[in-house]
Amino acid sequence: MSFFDKIRSIFIKDKKDTAPAPAEAPVSAPAKKGENIIEIKGITKVFDGVTVLDNLSLGIKRGQFVTLLGPSGCGKTTLLRLIAGFETPTEGEIFIEGVPITSIPPYKRPVNTVFQKYALFPHLNVFKNVAFGLKLKKVKDPTAKGGERKYTKEEIEEKVNRALKLVGLEDYGHRDVNSLSGGQQQRVAIARAIVCEPKVLLLDEPLGALDLKMRKEMQIELKKMHEDLGITFIFVTHDQEEALTMSDVVVVLNDGMIQQIDRPKKIYDEPKNAFVADFIGESNILSGVMEKDYVISFLGKSLPCVDKGFERNEKVDVVIRPEDIKISGGKEGGHFDGVVLTSVFKGTYYEMIVLASDYEFTVQSQTEYRPGTEVSLEIVPDSIHIMKKILTINKHLGSVTGENAVTFCGGEFEIPTEGFEVGDEVIVYVPFDAVELTDDEKDGVIGAAVTQSLYKGTYYQVQVYTDTDEDFYIDTSDEWDMDDRVGVKIDGSKVRLEKYDPDAAEEAKE
Amino acid sequence: MTKRKATVFRPTAFSFPYLAVTLIFVIVPLILVLVYAFRGEDGGFTFDNFRQVFTEPETLRQLGQTVGIAALSTLICLLIAYPVAYILASNPFNKMAILALLFVIPMWINFMLRIFALQSLLSMIGIGKSYTAAVIGMVYDFFPYMLLPIYTVLANMDKSYVEASRDLGATPVQTFFKVTLPLSIPGVVSGISMMFMPIFSSYAITKMMGDMNTTVIGAKIASLFENQNYGSYGYGSAISFVLLVLVLVVMLIGNAIVRRTEKAPKGGKA
Repeated sequence: MSFFDKIRSIFIKDKKDTAPAPAEAPVSAPAKKGENIIEIKGITKVFDGVTVLDNLSLGIKRGQFVTLLGPSGCGKTTLLRLIAGFETPTEGEIFIEGVPITSIPPYKRPVNTVFQKYALFPHLNVFKNVAFGLKLKKVKDPTAKGGERKYTKEEIEEKVNRALKLVGLEDYGHRDVNSLSGGQQQRVAIARAIVCEPKVLLLDEPLGALDLKMRKEMQIELKKMHEDLGITFIFVTHDQEEALTMSDVVVVLNDGMIQQIDRPKKIYDEPKNAFVADFIGESNILSGVMEKDYVISFLGKSLPCVDKGFERNEKVDVVIRPEDIKISGGKEGGHFDGVVLTSVFKGTYYEMIVLASDYEFTVQSQTEYRPGTEVSLEIVPDSIHIMKKILTINKHLGSVTGENAVTFCGGEFEIPTEGFEVGDEVIVYVPFDAVELTDDEKDGVIGAAVTQSLYKGTYYQVQVYTDTDEDFYIDTSDEWDMDDRVGVKIDGSKVRLEKYDPDAAEEAKE
Repeated sequence: MTKRKATVFRPTAFSFPYLAVTLIFVIVPLILVLVYAFRGEDGGFTFDNFRQVFTEPETLRQLGQTVGIAALSTLICLLIAYPVAYILASNPFNKMAILALLFVIPMWINFMLRIFALQSLLSMIGIGKSYTAAVIGMVYDFFPYMLLPIYTVLANMDKSYVEASRDLGATPVQTFFKVTLPLSIPGVVSGISMMFMPIFSSYAITKMMGDMNTTVIGAKIASLFENQNYGSYGYGSAISFVLLVLVLVVMLIGNAIVRRTEKAPKGGKA
């Protein structure tokens, strides 16, 4: 009997056992699959002046395996902690089964958490760790005083043993938690959470501390547990492969905002923007221009594509997956001619870097072309994904503080101020190529931290975060490392100023 | 590879100075105490000194009073220090280590000066030399020794334990008694041993703040050694030896408790 069969048999028995006990029936309306069990409405969370989550709304359907995916610092763990109750939102409300919960303390919420580092109580053995929640829990019992009673010793023992059996640690009850391996501690942490029969199980990067083999095993086991238990799982990870393997729905987060919510396949095939495309798997991301419907131009070539609905000559991002590029030897038949720079065997395919039209394409293929080989690349319309550019220009609010001096983002920049007077409030438009980054923070007018660096074909698009909590996008030929501190300079001649009229701005908003 | 010549400076060589210091200032005095304790007035081997310790009512009373005053001051100190440490280690204050420092700064002031100051303060509010004053003196003087170990344990405790407890349905009060308190036992035990044991042998505080009836065994030992009569060295040594054994027993009990709560090293195997 395999491990999974065991789980199944335990659970089938389990359902029969607990079915006649009316005490455990859900209190609220009958559970319907498909309705939203969690509703997050307009959540904003600010830590020490830094906005971690920005007016975020999300609905999570009952019984789904939902993954919050994003780079570190994107706010995914904060979102989980808000649901668990360890943080209170600065703004917004969270509902579980229609009940607002932000003012309910964590110990009264129908959710349980599997912590990143397990957080098993070191002074208790495995059995007592798992029993911790049950000993505190009250069950409805009309015959008892006040209609509630605690679990009896026998009930606790039975439930704990069943949970330990489910995670494959049947005979470990008496063991000291510190004597267990990482994988076993992980299982105890899961048993401790699910034994409380939560409506939603929250998992905070639970597999991060395990080695690769163990992690793969636990991925499959967790997925199985989700199917067997039938409760909602919310899983936080920064590992895109993990997210795509396990989830029903993936929520991609960045900068405290949702970038895309979709099924794993759709996230991979149809990323909504360059960030998602870059974060989910290897991608070739280029800047292009939409000439007209179904025609895209990039790297000096016009190619047919399947997208429409963009403005004429609108600047867009083009994403091409490495496995979608057809590579062939020789100089004919393809859209781009190039030379192979490197080739690496990746187990089932070769990953090659091909220099063509000044762009380094990443290409995956079963056939290998050695470095130095002349090749031709073909890109079919279907595999060209067109995405709207999020921003095409930096826009900041500032004020004229002197002749040819404008202050914004916490620094005074040299910008021609003809036609403006000192004290004027202005909107400053800074094109991406007007910004220059300096290695030494002191060489710039203001300091900032690099938060994102995307290769866009012939240049890198870098995003920096200023100390005044604002973003700058820069087009540059250099690659900048994430989290590096840099200085920001601006070429004033390329900057456009516009008088800021608060009333007009209000109207525009409405 | 050729065999290397034995180097002059092996790592163990660095421990020789410490060994010498230990030998001269710890081992030799201990042996001296033992020798005196078992030497009779005639210079021969005897148990008389120990017999005297356990039969003289005055000595037994003082021994009892020493245990009593040490236990009482330690208990009071613990009851005050734990909540203070808990508050200092909790979120809003944790960032200001300076607050914890405030409780430690008095330690930098001369001990006698502190006691004199406290004594005048107490007499100003009408508490003269008495048992109460002596206990207050002890609590005041040893407070940092109790506070620091507890504060350190609480401040370094992984906050996720508390979160896990609340997540599993424990109210803040339940969380404190089921998780925080048990996990802070090592700090408490270390605080107790840091305070309980020194009080055993300290007599300056009781001498200056206590009344005639509040004397501790340390004072008795001191008076025996200050006495020019050569014979009282043996009696004094015997009492010292009994104290030493008592302290050892307390230490062993403390260690046993700590070992029970921290069975394995933190973190465990990955």
